[in-house]
Amino acid sequence: MPQLSADLAAVLYTVSAVLFILALRGLSSPETSRRGNTFGMIGIAIAIVTTLLVAGMNGMGFILSAAGLALGGVIGAIIAKKIPMTDMPQLVAAFHSLVGLAAVLVAIAAFFSPSDFGILSEGRIKAGSLLELGLGAVIGAITFSGSVIAFAKLNGNMSGAPIMLPARHLINIALGLGIAVLIAMLMKSGGTEHWIIWALLGAAFLIGFLLIIPIGGADMPVVVSMLNSYSGWAAAALGFTLGNLALIIVGALVGSSGAILSYIMCKAMNRSFISVILGGFGADAGASDSGDKEQRPVKRGSAEDAAFIMKNASKVIIVPGYGLAVAQAQHAVREMADALKEAGVDVVYAIHPVAGRMPGHMNVLLAEANVPYDEVFELEDINSEFANTDVAFVIGANDVTNPAAKTDPQSPIAGMPILDVDKASTVLFVKRSLSPGYAGIDNDLFYRDNTMMLLSDAKKMVEEIIKSL
Amino acid sequence: MSALLIMAGGAAVSPLVFQLAIFVMAIFVGYYVVWSVTPALHTPLMAVTNAISSVIIVGALIAVAAGVKGGSGISTWAGFAAVALCAVNIFGGFLVTQRMLAMYKKKAK
Repeated sequence: MPQLSADLAAVLYTVSAVLFILALRGLSSPETSRRGNTFGMIGIAIAIVTTLLVAGMNGMGFILSAAGLALGGVIGAIIAKKIPMTDMPQLVAAFHSLVGLAAVLVAIAAFFSPSDFGILSEGRIKAGSLLELGLGAVIGAITFSGSVIAFAKLNGNMSGAPIMLPARHLINIALGLGIAVLIAMLMKSGGTEHWIIWALLGAAFLIGFLLIIPIGGADMPVVVSMLNSYSGWAAAALGFTLGNLALIIVGALVGSSGAILSYIMCKAMNRSFISVILGGFGADAGASDSGDKEQRPVKRGSAEDAAFIMKNASKVIIVPGYGLAVAQAQHAVREMADALKEAGVDVVYAIHPVAGRMPGHMNVLLAEANVPYDEVFELEDINSEFANTDVAFVIGANDVTNPAAKTDPQSPIAGMPILDVDKASTVLFVKRSLSPGYAGIDNDLFYRDNTMMLLSDAKKMVEEIIKSL
Repeated sequence: MSALLIMAGGAAVSPLVFQLAIFVMAIFVGYYVVWSVTPALHTPLMAVTNAISSVIIVGALIAVAAGVKGGSGISTWAGFAAVALCAVNIFGGFLVTQRMLAMYKKKAK
């Protein structure tokens, strides 16, 4: 078998790390992103080939590795080809769980074959290596079980509502302390006591599970970003165990990427990261004020009314939310926009950072429906435009337009940056019912004179509007 | 990598410190690179970071190599399973990212 020198291998791993940085750099604009993705693929290919050549594989090893790559590769390629774009949040959650599980498996393998991983000294595993390995295993396990729950919630296998265990903070603190004690014991044992690693993994799987179940559906953008970050830190910890530069650098890149996304999502909701992670948001607020809200009069409209108003407008801003994804209405919305443009109406889109179930969710759906990305604007770029807009067409969004965020300091969403749709001359709300949004609070906008409610399924309503245009 | 080859002012530096330095630098690189990603591409960003974090397959391949050379059977099979899981992620992650990025188009003039 050909053998690479360790130095040459380290150089090649550095090359692949540079390619990964370029892959992320490419995402600064859609034009450069496709080339960036190709760099990423080359980077991972270099890392795999280098490892095959430097690990001292024998024939059996090659066969097993190739079989694993082929098996996983075929499954991955089929999933990537078949998955509908609306299912992207749960796909990403599922992929995170796989990275977490792979990290756990690598940590276990290193624990049981320490000499081959170069972490053995005088018959015992070095304490530092056990710390890295233990951290990698714990973070990997939390990523795995947390992502499985996130997947189940996003995929609808589990209710999106927060599940609140009594004394859950106490249980989590106890588990966290238990994990710290087990890692210390692991380091002291020198890897001779096998039960410790299994106990450690069990505790970590459990805490990952308990951390995510109290978090509700609309907080998922933060959770998915956070798990993204964790998968990076797990990779980095194992990179130290293996002394592998590519793994250390990738771990740092992915870890900071996920952390930044979590920060952006929290800021877009004006909530602290801690309050999101502690969970339970919106669980009880909905029940308390549901009594009196139906009494206030709302103006309901039909598809014909909406079509008439928009046709006679000069500027329409479409505000999509999670309801658009649920109703799969993105293609219908684009057709409606095309019909309006033909009638001479200026149509653009406004996207709130936390619209949907993951960062950038709405942008991908609109791109899928062939909406050009230069017609899609972020909150800070378009918010001043609402004042000179005739119609704000809100479809499947609610809390991100609620003026209570600005006017009511007691509101659960107080201080959250919102899209100023109330400044538009007319607001059209496509919604299935008058029920409050995720935060469980009533939206004052529904009852204003210049608001018309279009109560129906989003896709059906848009299709009827197209017919009337 | 030999620890003795990394020197600082005439004294040998332990590989751990050297790796830690690279780790910290990479966090900074990640910080600046990710802030420059346009919000419209945050979903592809998550998909691609997911694909590249599967570079942990490096550890999985070492585990397979160690296992079949007479190491623990646990290594062989944990390694094999991890190789397959990472491969799902690598192929799935990069291909789905490619599919998403292909959809982002400019206005046809």
